[in-house]
Amino acid sequence: MSVLLQTNLGIAVLTLLESLAIIVPLLLGVAYLTWFERKVMGAIQLRKGPNVVGPFGLWQPFADAIKMLFKETIFPAGADKVLFTIAPMITFGLAVVAWAVIPVNDHWAVANINVGILYLFAISSLGVYGIIIAGWASNSKYAFLGALRSTAQMVSYEVSMGFVIVTVLICVGSLNLNDIVLAQRHIWFAIPLLPLFVIFFISGLAETNRAPFDLAEGETEIVAGFFVEYSAMTFALFFLGEYANMILISAMTTTLFLGGWLSPIPFAPFTLIPGVFWFLLKILVCLFVFVWVRATLPRFRYDQIMSLGWKVFLPISLVWLVLTAGFLEIFGMLPHA
Amino acid sequence: MTRLGRMAWGLVLWEILCGLALTLRYFFKPKATINYPYEKNPTSPRFKGEHALRRYPNGEERCIACKLCEAVCPAQAITIEAAPRDDGSRRTTRYDIDMTKCIYCGLCEEACPVDAIVEGPNFEFATETREELLYNKAKLLDNGDRWEPELAKRLELDAPYR
Repeated sequence: MSVLLQTNLGIAVLTLLESLAIIVPLLLGVAYLTWFERKVMGAIQLRKGPNVVGPFGLWQPFADAIKMLFKETIFPAGADKVLFTIAPMITFGLAVVAWAVIPVNDHWAVANINVGILYLFAISSLGVYGIIIAGWASNSKYAFLGALRSTAQMVSYEVSMGFVIVTVLICVGSLNLNDIVLAQRHIWFAIPLLPLFVIFFISGLAETNRAPFDLAEGETEIVAGFFVEYSAMTFALFFLGEYANMILISAMTTTLFLGGWLSPIPFAPFTLIPGVFWFLLKILVCLFVFVWVRATLPRFRYDQIMSLGWKVFLPISLVWLVLTAGFLEIFGMLPHA
Repeated sequence: MTRLGRMAWGLVLWEILCGLALTLRYFFKPKATINYPYEKNPTSPRFKGEHALRRYPNGEERCIACKLCEAVCPAQAITIEAAPRDDGSRRTTRYDIDMTKCIYCGLCEEACPVDAIVEGPNFEFATETREELLYNKAKLLDNGDRWEPELAKRLELDAPYR
């Protein structure tokens, strides 16, 4: 068996299976995240949320998906058909591809590469292409405005996110996500780096275009932003991409700050539970906060978002980076990987 | 509070945390939703729903074709044509209500001297086509026959206040 796995074909098949083991639960997760969001927001607004399709409305995501599948994809007049079709695929594809390096448990990643965090950062930056192509190809002013806003926003917040990640890196001394999680055996980075954790999470909200930073969609001002012109499955792909990105950002937060798959209570009965469980639980908590924030806060004004990103987050993360580096250097705690 | 103090509170996201705490409290509150198709709100005896033409207990239709409802209808949704019946009594030959025009004001009901046209408790009469909402006399009389027990009860309950 192990000999078979050494051949090229064996490796290819194994990788394919590993990818499927990530993608299928991810898609199910996305489907049920929509259900979860509707339930949580409903509860906060004193409603019940979907509860008719199946027990507790559990078949609702499938009903939505089937409805979506049978709708017609409309191409607006003057739209660039090729780009118009490719854009949602890019958004969704990138949201899935990023999962290749996320360690679900100790060494349980499709690709346990040494530049994992760099790869994640690169992929999440590429996400902006799907949005700007969609906005451009739609040949619609609302879509274009939405795309511009979202691009500016994602670029701004990536800078402070980058500094936060660099701070984590100098604490760990490795770009490997597995090592980053293992470095949190004694204490989660969320505790010593609390301000950065908060900045990272808020930037994550901005990065995924979620409320209160969802002005790329901004229903009240620009209809639905970059995907106004999208319908049926192309719309569904954007939707899936957005939710997959939410899960991804939650997974990144978990990995970088909340100790990944490590048990929050580091002794016997709890450490015996498989790490996947803790990993999923932490993601779920992050997602709950995502939805909770959406149900609580109104949308920021565009200039407020820009000034928050450049005038508050960037200086704080930069100063904290220097402080952390100085602290580690002075007390000789700098890791030498 | 000084400008610096406000900034400090802003940096620890105090207001936002307060807001989050508030929504979290609402998260655990009992829900206000009514499971509509399975549960319904109580309706008043004056509820203005789908129209019906009533009959006397002996089966004779109440409407005497006075056309007061047609005259009072602000949306001009009612069309009536009348002719003497074989026994010489004055009756409608045509009584149409365009339910797509009707604004459910209840003035027809108020105007009627014989309690013939009434608005019943039924509000679930959605149709798949527009034409089905153009009610004729047969449809209205049929509604009257179907809802009569409830219609009579509603009139009786509302009578002390008229």
